[in-house]
Amino acid sequence: MEEVKLMKGNEAIAEAAIRCGCDGYFGYPITPQSEVLETLMALEPWKKTGMVVLQAESETASINMVYGGAACGKRVMTSSSSPGISLMQEGLSYIAGAELPCVVVNVTRGGPGLGTIQPSQSDYFQTVKGGGHGDYKLITLAPASVQEMSDYLCLAFDLAFKYRNPVMVLSDGLIGQMMEKVQLPDYQLRLTNEQIREKYPWATLGKQGRTKQNIITSLELVSEEMEKVNNRLQQKYREVEANEVRYETFLCDDADYLLVAFGSTARICQKSVELLREEGIKVGLFRPITLYPYPASQILKYAKQVKGMLSVEMNAGQMVEDVRLAVNGLVPVEFYGRYGGMIPTPEEIVKAAKEKLMA
Amino acid sequence: MKEEIIIAGFGGQGVLSMGKILAYSGLMQGKEVSWMPSYGPEQRGGTANVTVILSDEKISSPILQEYDTAIILNQPSLDKFEPRIKKGGTLLYDGHGFVREPKRTDINIYRIDALETSITSNMAKAFNMFILGGLLKIRPIVEIDNVLLGLKKSLPERHHHLLAQNETALRKGMEILIPVHTL
Repeated sequence: MEEVKLMKGNEAIAEAAIRCGCDGYFGYPITPQSEVLETLMALEPWKKTGMVVLQAESETASINMVYGGAACGKRVMTSSSSPGISLMQEGLSYIAGAELPCVVVNVTRGGPGLGTIQPSQSDYFQTVKGGGHGDYKLITLAPASVQEMSDYLCLAFDLAFKYRNPVMVLSDGLIGQMMEKVQLPDYQLRLTNEQIREKYPWATLGKQGRTKQNIITSLELVSEEMEKVNNRLQQKYREVEANEVRYETFLCDDADYLLVAFGSTARICQKSVELLREEGIKVGLFRPITLYPYPASQILKYAKQVKGMLSVEMNAGQMVEDVRLAVNGLVPVEFYGRYGGMIPTPEEIVKAAKEKLMA
Repeated sequence: MKEEIIIAGFGGQGVLSMGKILAYSGLMQGKEVSWMPSYGPEQRGGTANVTVILSDEKISSPILQEYDTAIILNQPSLDKFEPRIKKGGTLLYDGHGFVREPKRTDINIYRIDALETSITSNMAKAFNMFILGGLLKIRPIVEIDNVLLGLKKSLPERHHHLLAQNETALRKGMEILIPVHTL
């Protein structure tokens, strides 16, 4: 393993991409995510691994370059921040419809519109409930540390290829901009075209003697056939839901109350739990790591144990809907949020927990 | 051991890089570290600040309500962060350009005339290293050898010829502290 380094979350994304055998990155700068592209340009991976790094003319172009790269069975990715991710939604829907693997990183900032460049989690709905059109799902991983930016990027590629589905790494400006210790993965070789043909027979890398060409498309004008495509997608999503749920718990075993939070907010909530525990109040933290598939049954398990839950988010109340769906009225589920780029402090969450859960 | 620090001042004073050197020093000393900057337009003429946490244990929240130690380099930052220092904590501020002095009586307060000293000693660009030296004198949270290693790690190689000057500034900063109010 590599030595421990100190770096920003955005830099860790760039370093990890090169190391996990990424073939191509296509992106367009936007704060608070620009260090991803900057770091890739500075590291010049095309000299070392042959990885392509390209600044496209727009986010729309980036995602469609990803679409093309993915169709060739290549490990390709892009990254952006909220307004840029909005521009990519059409492409994401096409990639999901064409069943292609790719990784997209969203270093979220506050919206709506151009909004602010400060951290936010207000793209939860966009990410897990659609964003683009049609019945599709993005497997979504929410890192809470710089280390996890690196770890989950590599995991994202593995999941993308396992299910032939786009994977979103849903981060935010806080994790993207902060520096922490990180241990980067070892270098993994990029696949050769021959290896890709063998591993991914669907890839469009030339017929090479085959008589029938591979076709990558999301278009199917015969409705009977398009329903079959949808059935196949839904079957895949059920498989993802059965196999890929990831979550973390902190002091939940004896908890009377539960905070539920993802990403950077989960870090802040962990301190809130510590503060509440110092006062003798038994509070735990449930942190979904995959936002799709959502750890609903795991949350339901705790609904039978605790008196109430508080979903804490940097938005106006998005994930709280999934927590409420999960517990289905068994216990009260309250919400506390800051938005527009404001970040809640641990003490503020302690106060909200007392007011909303224990009053 | 856990030290929660805020460094705040104007953009251009070396606030973020001072925090970076401190974070690297912590890394060299085997600590857990987090460095959380204010980023964006604040850095262009406005106030800039960075939260640095050094700890023996894993760090939960990088966002804090209160700090053990505040390093304050301008008036707006003093106004914002003086009330957010923990009782019994430490405030270190540069004496230049304040119209209102710190007023807390339940914390340790030190002044350091780093701007003035850095100019008179012809090392204006090492201003923030004088401050860091002052901090380490009052709060010896990292060993000086690790700070020098951290400095080397955080400076690009093209600036390595400036390491000696930075060390001089660091050591000088330790000598020019003025206790204003100590508990």
